[in-house]
Amino acid sequence: MADPLFAHGLNAAVWLIVVIKVLVAFGALLTSVLLMIWFERKVISDMQDRIGPNRAGPFGLLQTLADGTKLFFKEDLLPERADRFVFRLAPFLTVVPAFLIFTVVPVGGIVTVAHHTFELQVADPPIGILFLLALSSVAVYGTMLAGWSSGSKYPLLGSVRASAQMISYEAVLGLTVVMVILESHGLSTRSIVTSQAAHAWQWNVIRLGVIPFVLFFIASTAELNRPPFDLAEGESELGGGYHTEYSSIRFALFFLAEFMNTVTMSAIVVTLFFGGPDGPGFHFLRWLWPILWFTGKTVAFLYLQVWIRAALPRLRYDQLMDLGWKAMIPISLGWLLVIAGAIQSAAWALALFALGCVGALALTQAIRVAQRRRASTLGLGADLRPLGGPGKVGS
Amino acid sequence: MAGGAGPSILSFFGGFRISLKQVFEPRVTTEYPKVKKPKPPRAHGRHVLNRYEDGMEKCIGCELCAAVCPADCIYVRGADNNPDEPVSPGERYGFVYEINYLRCIHCDLCVEACPTEAITESKMFEFSFTSRADAIYTRDELVVDDEGRPKKLPWEDWREGDDRYTSAWMRATSPSGAASYEGEVQWSGELGYGVRAPEGGQSPRRDDAATGNFAIRTVSRDKIPFRLGGRVR
Repeated sequence: MADPLFAHGLNAAVWLIVVIKVLVAFGALLTSVLLMIWFERKVISDMQDRIGPNRAGPFGLLQTLADGTKLFFKEDLLPERADRFVFRLAPFLTVVPAFLIFTVVPVGGIVTVAHHTFELQVADPPIGILFLLALSSVAVYGTMLAGWSSGSKYPLLGSVRASAQMISYEAVLGLTVVMVILESHGLSTRSIVTSQAAHAWQWNVIRLGVIPFVLFFIASTAELNRPPFDLAEGESELGGGYHTEYSSIRFALFFLAEFMNTVTMSAIVVTLFFGGPDGPGFHFLRWLWPILWFTGKTVAFLYLQVWIRAALPRLRYDQLMDLGWKAMIPISLGWLLVIAGAIQSAAWALALFALGCVGALALTQAIRVAQRRRASTLGLGADLRPLGGPGKVGS
Repeated sequence: MAGGAGPSILSFFGGFRISLKQVFEPRVTTEYPKVKKPKPPRAHGRHVLNRYEDGMEKCIGCELCAAVCPADCIYVRGADNNPDEPVSPGERYGFVYEINYLRCIHCDLCVEACPTEAITESKMFEFSFTSRADAIYTRDELVVDDEGRPKKLPWEDWREGDDRYTSAWMRATSPSGAASYEGEVQWSGELGYGVRAPEGGQSPRRDDAATGNFAIRTVSRDKIPFRLGGRVR
């Protein structure tokens, strides 16, 4: 099911609509970044008993604009030992995917303007959600090459951390997306949204059990390098992380991409698990309600992101890896089996679920016994097992 | 696996509860350029050169302040008073008096050293100049005006009431250092104020209204948590 706009071939009007859609999405995304940075700073200062930005413009709304302008006029430094070409390329490798991912997000329903019916999303490729995974992998290159090409140690350490982290959590991201695809019978984001459209209890968050949503949300937070997974830029350890050597407009691009990805990932969570623009509408202004629902849900998730940042301390690197590889990937694999079984029949689902639980318990017990045995031979207390190990997270 | 000894998976969510609760707490921010917190009664700011009640300058040009200054920021030259038109009641007066505020560290040692209580510090620290020449305050700028108030220079941010209590440190100590003298006024009167009341220390004879003494804890009660003696719960 593709965009009905192209059903009758290409002509000038179709081109115009496409160009307008691209421009509107571009503008909306840039504005949303401005607002998101303001929103994050305001909400986090709410949670820290502060006022937050309030000098530039009404309620400090223009603070980001002021900061951006300042960044643009700063000196653009290029480290002597940097690889010049890659150093200049890296910010664009980060920022372009950030823009492109948003193109597959359905922001509204299907509308008809001047006899042209089209979907309110920039593009609806049949591979939709794979496009998201592909681009979020490209974004890893931006981070990795930025650190590598800086020719200094902190950025390199930051980028090594970041790329390892992003690649690990991409596995979870992919597995949870597979569950969504299994349930929605389609890769296109529009078909994923329409398959959830009937009622709120048909949203994937409920249909798939809450676990895939939780896994996806945690993995996407890790993928975004946002707290509590912001080891890539851990200020207290690495200076600024992979963008330590960047300044001026190139730094602004990283910053832009980071917040754009935050907005986009919240939009993707809404698309995959919360029915996208789905929600009760009214007869007047029929086209507006889906957009409002989509925006409202996205803002709710953005609030959640900020809340998480305010509430949780940063993970240690081994905890991060343990959480990813020892808890989230096994759980998502197991849950994928259960979903696959559920598509066959309820009996299969139950059997696989029971099998998974027994397997997980046996595995946990085996690991615990092994750890205890090793601790007793080394003469260490049992408390020395790593936090976030199998005893701590998940079943 | 939740529960059990030590931090459980549920305690992980404690942070969410606390951070959401904070949204409804009062804000602790003072919007600085708009609102200013009251300065502590003995804050050290830029200096003033005081005068006696009859308008004579207290400075006798002894250069003790310049000698004691660890930052070498004070330059004084004394000169003999003209007997017909004396500037200060003694034999000599401060003919040149300059303080370089690019060097001053506001340690108040000059105030301690001054034998006539001529130099004291106001609470003005919010000044910024754009040239090195402006940073050097001359005697004309430092001497109090005919009402005993500090002169307000264009690059200083004076607010209502900031020019009062410009000799708090002086009034806080007893010159002899003996505890039995506490609360006894042992300093001379000042132009515009007369003899200033002593700042209450442990003495029962304190007049906080007259000396401008206060406890920060009392003034900003609304921003201090209850368990520390404030009103914020």
